Amino acid sequence: MITLSKLAKTFKTRDGDVTAVDAVDLTINKGEIYGIIGYSGAGKSTLIRLLNMLETPTSGQVTVAGKNMNKLSKKELRFARQEIGMIFQHFNLLWSRTVAENIAFPLEVKGVPKAEQKKRVDELVKLVGLEGRAGSYPSQLSGGQKQRVGIARALANDPKVLLCDEATSALDPKTTDSILDLLVDINKKLNLTIVLITHEMHVIRKICHQVAVMENGTIVEQGPVLHVFKSPKEKMTKEFVKQVTEPEETEEAIKHLFENDGIGQVLQLTFVGGEAKKPLITDVIRKFDVSISILQGKISQTRNGPYGSLFISVTGENHVIGDVISFIREQQVEVEVVHGG
Amino acid sequence: MDKFIVNTLLFPNVDWENMWQATEETIYMSLIALAFTFIMGIFLGLLLFLTDRGQLWQNKIIHAITATYVNVFRSIPFIILIVLLIPFTRTLLGTMLGPSSALPALIIGAAPFYARMVEIALREIDKGVIEAAKSMGANNPQIIFKVLLPESMPALVSGITVTAIALVSYTAMAGVIGAGGLGDLAYRDGFQRNNPDITLVATIVVLIIVFILQFIGDYLTNRLDKR
Repeated sequence: MITLSKLAKTFKTRDGDVTAVDAVDLTINKGEIYGIIGYSGAGKSTLIRLLNMLETPTSGQVTVAGKNMNKLSKKELRFARQEIGMIFQHFNLLWSRTVAENIAFPLEVKGVPKAEQKKRVDELVKLVGLEGRAGSYPSQLSGGQKQRVGIARALANDPKVLLCDEATSALDPKTTDSILDLLVDINKKLNLTIVLITHEMHVIRKICHQVAVMENGTIVEQGPVLHVFKSPKEKMTKEFVKQVTEPEETEEAIKHLFENDGIGQVLQLTFVGGEAKKPLITDVIRKFDVSISILQGKISQTRNGPYGSLFISVTGENHVIGDVISFIREQQVEVEVVHGG
Repeated sequence: MDKFIVNTLLFPNVDWENMWQATEETIYMSLIALAFTFIMGIFLGLLLFLTDRGQLWQNKIIHAITATYVNVFRSIPFIILIVLLIPFTRTLLGTMLGPSSALPALIIGAAPFYARMVEIALREIDKGVIEAAKSMGANNPQIIFKVLLPESMPALVSGITVTAIALVSYTAMAGVIGAGGLGDLAYRDGFQRNNPDITLVATIVVLIIVFILQFIGDYLTNRLDKR
């Protein structure tokens, strides 16, 4: 659905050239929710704007829905944009228009007849769950409702692709979840390809099929979400994965706990997919002469299956502990010795 | 009885028919000039905004020409402008008689003033909204008429209110070229012939006109502002 090849964007500033996006290659398939994560300044905002040519690339190719975006005339580009919806961090609604009029905006732009506009707006208002608010002005809505208007507006012309520019970053956690649910819902119902950029791993975990990690204008790692969660390779990726797998204080607390008494070893086990259901700890205690105490555990759901991490401390003979670790590895569970050993 | 008191005791020298005629002239000059100023000011303001760096029609030369025009005509004191424009007005209208002869000077003096306010109003619009319109495939006329003007409308209306009041005071100077109006009446019949009551009544009428304009402007601004 979307192919980027050798895509680059350089901005000319007073302090010289700044390369925001540097030789990015990316393929996004139809119906996928593709997440791009990175800290601010990583170039992800520029990257998403290159997809609908709000920024023109310095070099490289962008193909969306079979159209080579670089080669379109101004008029063709406007038609192409009508097939690419976009939602924004700060919603970017017209405050002078009601909810219904905001949603009708892209229809007016396209020249859809009035009667048809009204019908389509009614459908969209229902789709995003804003029944009864069609006559309100954006200033009378909450942040979550504003984003729902943004989504309805982006979907008005039946786009093939939806671009989300930090769509949940201005919302509280609960509203974020409801917007994410809505995006998943739309993705399933309309088989819509969604590209989203974010700095929150939580968003990736919850709704994305694929993830790409961006740093300094390049994509340092990419792949299916569960795969990246299970074995992150780059330092940047590991940092982001930590955001959702372990509370920040865990490491510190463990250090503090076992500082003086060097009891056993602390292991971090990472379960992915079906493995999360296995009675692994029971098996270990039955098989080996060790005692285990569970320090902390967490399991979360991604689009491709569950993902969990467990911190345990193991006390026993050193060589037995070694056996335990290899036994766990045999069960396709990742083990990392966090403390001791 | 009442009429007697008002006429002979309070304002013995006021000829009410003259006063009414001067009021009509002032209203005529202000409203016609206002209509043209609104159109020209919005045009010039849009031109200033759109040709600026990073905007839709970025164009250094047109921007520089418009900015110079606006700055020059905004800086010339009105009383001088009206005299400077006498030859221009005469070729345009064929005469220098009556309130219409003040219109070219009023419009040329007020439009650049309003254009700057239009430009400021347009700058206040969130860039994200323009970006959103572009992302939906809007062309430039659609961005101008569906986004820029409606989104800045309250500021455009409060700007035209300020301009309208400035126009009323400009019309007071129109007497210099014989265009009539309340200012002319207050100066010639009131001040020069030493009839302070005429000056007073003319002032009150001007104040009433200004208050009405301000009231209408505030009302419209509030009605339009949905933020």
